[in-house]
Amino acid sequence: MFEQLFPNVRIEDMITATNETLFMTFFSVLGTFIFGLLLGLLLYLTGPGGLWENKFANWITATIVNVFRAIPFIILILLLFPFTDFLVGTIRGPKAALPALIIGGAPFYARLVEIALKEVDKGVVEAAKAMGAKYRTIIFRVLLPESTPALISGLTVTAIALISYTAVAGVIGAGGLGDFAYFYGFQRNSFDVVFVCTILIVIIVFIFQFIGDFTSRKLDKR
Amino acid sequence: MISIKGLSKVFNTKDQEVRAVDDLDATIESGEIFGVIGYSGAGKSTFIRLLNRLEDPSGGTITIDEEEISSLSKGDLRLARQEMGMIFQHFNLLWSRTVEDNIAFPLEIAGVPKEERRKRVDELVELVGLSGRGKSYPSQLSGGQKQRVGIARALANRPKVLLCDEATSALDPETTDSILDLLVDINAKLGLTIVLITHEMHVIRKICHRVAVMEAGKIVEEGDVLDVFLRPQEKVTKRFVDQVMGDPDREDSLALIKDKYPLGEVAQFHFVGERTHQALISELSRKFQVNINVLHGKITQTQKGAYGTLIVHLEGNEEEIDRALAYVKETSVEVEVTIDV
Repeated sequence: MFEQLFPNVRIEDMITATNETLFMTFFSVLGTFIFGLLLGLLLYLTGPGGLWENKFANWITATIVNVFRAIPFIILILLLFPFTDFLVGTIRGPKAALPALIIGGAPFYARLVEIALKEVDKGVVEAAKAMGAKYRTIIFRVLLPESTPALISGLTVTAIALISYTAVAGVIGAGGLGDFAYFYGFQRNSFDVVFVCTILIVIIVFIFQFIGDFTSRKLDKR
Repeated sequence: MISIKGLSKVFNTKDQEVRAVDDLDATIESGEIFGVIGYSGAGKSTFIRLLNRLEDPSGGTITIDEEEISSLSKGDLRLARQEMGMIFQHFNLLWSRTVEDNIAFPLEIAGVPKEERRKRVDELVELVGLSGRGKSYPSQLSGGQKQRVGIARALANRPKVLLCDEATSALDPETTDSILDLLVDINAKLGLTIVLITHEMHVIRKICHRVAVMEAGKIVEEGDVLDVFLRPQEKVTKRFVDQVMGDPDREDSLALIKDKYPLGEVAQFHFVGERTHQALISELSRKFQVNINVLHGKITQTQKGAYGTLIVHLEGNEEEIDRALAYVKETSVEVEVTIDV
């Protein structure tokens, strides 16, 4: 039955491609989370009324974020070839996709982090100040815990964007389901392969969305 | 003791400068409940935020127990703030923490060890009457309970001063009263100084020892709560006193009284503190040839004793009425004969 419907699909290939996609997604989400959080905090803290209010630092951060967000992802990968080659030693394979994925994803997540932090009640920050809290305490014990649900739903949105970026990265040989769908499906006219790859990507997206929603809801005590 | 000299705060907006607090002097004694009342925009909110330097003053000094708050470095200011508690109109609790963890937060900031923290939190939960709710999240509590958490949190580091920024303005009247009772209780038990700002005279009446009336960044009137109630000097103060003592139909009823009783004299008696116990009216009717008709009366409790007003109509011949009123004046009950209509 399966072989009749999808004559060109080989299970082992699908498993390899899925693993590559999951590998790229996991590590790019991790990297995006770390760098995006740092950039987002910097944006928020140096912004107007922030703890480290500083027009110049804010302008620099905002410019970096805006520039990298403005570059279309496919072009970003090409632009980053020399950097990737230097960092990873190759420009092919799932590992080589990570720098571009993280550099593309972090500025996007940074803006979502900034929005999440802006949602934190100013009064709570003020209360912490009135208790004599250090800035470090305010950041780690007030701002981040109070914005956790929004940080997580932002990360979910970013992770799903990153999954589709991994498919784009596939086109220049990063591996994964996008790569497989294009080279083994589209180019060889095996549309059953394209179809199965699509279903697998959709399933991965749904799983990420579910995990994100569930965690965010669980942590929200409002 | 908190001593404030020449305190000012200027905000520069695009097209003008706003003097939110303008060359303000005040002295607040240790252990007293000091209320600042004013309408919105009077500068009272800025004033209380200057006390722990949530706003930095533009000029003047604030000294709390020999320590000049206004000149402290950032690090010293943090330590000084740990000795001041503050509660807020909107409670400002961390929704991500339970009641217990909210109360423990200032202790974490002050570096209190975990074991000690837990003990102190238990004491505080008990003190503010929230036993059994320690594991709840703020979203599961009512407004009054949230403010109790706010109070427990403010008291955690055993502060010398408690600042209350419109602490009851978001609560319904009944809850307001229970929170005010708690504040009085804490003031008596722990002997800490409470500075509160409000726009409700009811709050001042119920718990304050002394009151300052603020208008346009300045204190326009200040004194013992009873004195201010009895002899409000400024127009704003009179309006605030009317919030509690006033009768919305007063003017109409007085006009009606004047109409109905063209003969004799209509007088208003002010009773303060101890004197409210006197049986003045029956004494008058026994000693003088006058008939006394009680038209209107109101009595209210303050921290410093009771205060009441009584509007009466005296009937009889003029001389006798004058003698009766002269007698009342001697008894230290204040008399106002010509009532504004």
